Amino acid sequence: MLIHTRNLVKTYRMGGGEVRALDGVSLDIDKGEFVAVMGPSGSGKSTFMNVIGCLDRPSAGQYALGGRNIAELAGDELAAVRNRSIGFVFQQFNLLARTPAVENVELPLVYAGVSKKQRREKAMAMLARVGLADRTDHHPAQLSGGQQQRVAIARALVTEPLLILADEPTGALDSKTSLEIMALLQALNRQGMTVVLVTHEPEIARFARRILAFRDGHVVQDEMNQALAA
Amino acid sequence: MNFAALLRIALRALAVNKLRSALTMLGIVIGVGAVIVMIAVGAGAQKRVEEQIRALGSNLLLVMPGSTTAGGVRMGFGSGSTLSEDDVVAINRELPEALAAPALRGAAQVIWGNANWSTQVFGVTPEYLDVRQWPLLAGRSFEPAEMAGAAKVCLIGATVAKQLFGAADPLDQSIRIKRVPFTVIGVLDVKGQSLMGTDQDDLVLVPIKTARSRVLGTASAARNRTVGTIWVKVADGLDTKVVEEQVRSLLRQRHRIQAGADDDFSLRNLAEVMAAQEASSRVLALLLAAVASVSLLVGGIGIMNIMLVSVTERTREIGLRMAVGARTRDILGQFLVEAVTLSLIGGLVGVLLGVGTSMMIAELAGWRILISPAAVALAVAFAFVIGVFFGFYPARKAARLNPVEALRFE
Repeated sequence: MLIHTRNLVKTYRMGGGEVRALDGVSLDIDKGEFVAVMGPSGSGKSTFMNVIGCLDRPSAGQYALGGRNIAELAGDELAAVRNRSIGFVFQQFNLLARTPAVENVELPLVYAGVSKKQRREKAMAMLARVGLADRTDHHPAQLSGGQQQRVAIARALVTEPLLILADEPTGALDSKTSLEIMALLQALNRQGMTVVLVTHEPEIARFARRILAFRDGHVVQDEMNQALAA
Repeated sequence: MNFAALLRIALRALAVNKLRSALTMLGIVIGVGAVIVMIAVGAGAQKRVEEQIRALGSNLLLVMPGSTTAGGVRMGFGSGSTLSEDDVVAINRELPEALAAPALRGAAQVIWGNANWSTQVFGVTPEYLDVRQWPLLAGRSFEPAEMAGAAKVCLIGATVAKQLFGAADPLDQSIRIKRVPFTVIGVLDVKGQSLMGTDQDDLVLVPIKTARSRVLGTASAARNRTVGTIWVKVADGLDTKVVEEQVRSLLRQRHRIQAGADDDFSLRNLAEVMAAQEASSRVLALLLAAVASVSLLVGGIGIMNIMLVSVTERTREIGLRMAVGARTRDILGQFLVEAVTLSLIGGLVGVLLGVGTSMMIAELAGWRILISPAAVALAVAFAFVIGVFFGFYPARKAARLNPVEALRFE
């Protein structure tokens, strides 16, 4: 079991009252799955993603990633888990401006303490894997949206993480490019990478093999993708 | 993350906003530059005073006539004529540890050939050169016969020699002082400026008797034996203070001053005068130091301000770095190194500016400067400390950001 949660609760203080963004979420995700997390805004899907991604700590409940209890870890230990076990892909790409693609991909390895030579080798290999071997020295501003997201995916892959967490990865892309990015994620999943995807678009969720639906902090639906199963 | 990587990130971040970075550094540049100039000028002035003290000797007393009162108007020191050559003789006779020499001062036009020059003429005794420790560059001092016979011979200072004779040899030439011909028997060595900034080489020395009768004198002045000032040199190894009191009591006794009444002369210890001057130059240096520190402080606040802006602008970048595994100390280090890089570059530019300005001051104003490596190191170290001090708060703010909120920041 790669991801294992039991009664995950996350509450925020907002104004006078308390908001329960996650209200007892219990689910398991296996290695090699491709899961789409769906739901309207405010449903708790982003909070779920932040807790799974070790960016945020749950208020209550259990969360184990790769058999390791995460709920108890302190800030810098969480940073180490994010560094080694999780690859993030964001809607806005979040690449460092005025920095060549290859250095953007190297960034997680810098914090992992990998030597300069090894960093460069791994980053080049990952850029080749996402089809950008000829764009390694380009700055983000010189790349199209789809290319930027490919750089971001290469960055997510470079530490060989346990899973890829993609938060609305196609939200800033046109539909044709969106399909290309989803095809890339799908291909990675077929090579054995676990992918958790947050989206509110059904045509994007369609690429996943398992679809979770969130509403008011609960998982209201958890089923296999019929289209792919068929 | 190692230091070289942090430095590279910092330099790249600063290069993005070149103008902003440069303006932020300006406060530190000016502050460090001011510190360098302040120390250079202060140390130079101190050195000059020290040299003058050494040249003049710290064992000199200066006696000047007291004030006079004419019709209720009190004149300043030196206006009276209470000192006489007999006082000088008495000091030299009664106090073997002191050597006294009188001087009578006046201004005169001196002429040689078709060159002429306005200068100070001093009537002195041969002891005067010993007391002031003025060596002769060429020629000889006055002979006793010349003193007694009011001979028309003179010694000239280096400035007078240059103005009248140029490259020619002044020895044995005849110059006219107030139309009276004098033979130049010696030239004084260069002494430079006095503590008060006057040219000590712009003068002519003649025997005091000659001065009184031929150059400065009126008939009445020639009869009495008054002198303008008396210089007293205290023998080496003796306490100047003690001899000062001995001279004072001797003069009071000779002038028949009642106990409790004021002196009719003023007696000054030059070492004390110079000590006071040194103290005042130290106060000036302290004042400059205060101004420089304020500039550094303002520069530091500027760095803090810009770093806070930078942290806010780069909130998403910070969020991303945290997401891919940056620990608290990585972010703290990144922004601290950036602040210190700003202040250190500013400090180094400030050193260049300060050294350049100091040299320009030395060149243009003719002031003595002294740039010590220790002062430069101190200024750079200070810039470093400012960077750490004012960079810490913004860096800590960055390191404490919540990654979720930082990533969501617009």
